Amino acid sequence: MKHVGEVKSSNYLIAKFQDLVDWAVNSSRANSLWPMPFGTACCAIEFMATAASRYDFARFGMERQAFSPRQADVLICAGRLPFKLAPVIRRIYDQMPQPKWVISMGACASTGGIFDNYSMVQGIDTIVPVDVYVPGCPPRPEGLLYGILLLHKKIKGESLFDAVRRRDEQPLDEKGLRLPPETIDEVSEPFGNSVHQFRSS
Amino acid sequence: MIPGAQRESVGRDGERIVFVARDRLLEAMRYLKDTPDQGFNYLVDVTAVEFRDRERPLEVVWFLRSLERKVDIRIKVELNAADELAVDSVYHLWHGADWLEREVYDMFGITFRGHPDLRRILMWETYAEGYPLRKSFPLRGRFSRAEQVRQALNANPEAHYSMEELSIADAGGDLPEDMRERLKRGERGVIPDPPNP
Repeated sequence: MKHVGEVKSSNYLIAKFQDLVDWAVNSSRANSLWPMPFGTACCAIEFMATAASRYDFARFGMERQAFSPRQADVLICAGRLPFKLAPVIRRIYDQMPQPKWVISMGACASTGGIFDNYSMVQGIDTIVPVDVYVPGCPPRPEGLLYGILLLHKKIKGESLFDAVRRRDEQPLDEKGLRLPPETIDEVSEPFGNSVHQFRSS
Repeated sequence: MIPGAQRESVGRDGERIVFVARDRLLEAMRYLKDTPDQGFNYLVDVTAVEFRDRERPLEVVWFLRSLERKVDIRIKVELNAADELAVDSVYHLWHGADWLEREVYDMFGITFRGHPDLRRILMWETYAEGYPLRKSFPLRGRFSRAEQVRQALNANPEAHYSMEELSIADAGGDLPEDMRERLKRGERGVIPDPPNP
């Protein structure tokens, strides 16, 4: 080999090898995501449209929908999440094997949307970590597909060898919360039109 | 003449509305159901109304229909918010009242005396913020969002089975051992007193 002499150190070869492993692993992961649909509202209709033949996210490796969290890679929360369902989605997330990702589909799942009231979680990121937020009310199938492709991009940027670029399990703390209480209050504050909505005595 | 009827009016849709004295409700309902020329054998809905005017009493409303005569009637009982919010349950006349009355209890805090299993139905059983459809209830609830998330995540919904579900579990016997243990212990949440008066 003519250029072997130009290699400065063995680290170069190790880094190349790590890149190769990351490329192989991440391509495999990204191109065969098994979604766990968590459809609670009208977004689930658009989700079904995305899964059906016209838009067909099987083209992007999501051929098999896992209706069991044990065999799923990506949790797609399609629709609003009431507080009553919060422990349910948390349990489903905990049951999914690593590595796992979450797509928050639609305005309600991402922020609470128009449901800024006593019964609704103001963004599922207060319950589980979210990778991709898909805006829309509900998002069109193209929107969800774009979100899935963004998730592909994110997965391909992860590394087995770099802890900073790798997702870790995010367990609940001793209070049973994922985020500090101040953060939850801050991200749940009214915004937009709901600033003007209040009713109290 | 309906027993206990106080006054009558006609709704905007032409429907007959009868206000009944609270302590004669069951008598009136039994009359409406069992008298042949009344024959209101179908309970369409049970709900309640609280008006913005705090002086006005709360109303509990029963929608009845006679399937044979194709006639509707609304029965109302007025409850003063200052008094005890309780009426008699009509469960033993129409079993369909079961969940309807539970919903009114859940949302308004109105107790139905004689109901076999009066629990919250939409909110979870340990929900401690009060009764959401009362006018005194703030739109976003009483607790901070962080506290709401904390309580929701710690709700442990699997520990709250109804008597019906418990009996199914006993009969089936094919549940996992730990779940059967928990059900046998009767492990259920403690319902704190709501802050609503």
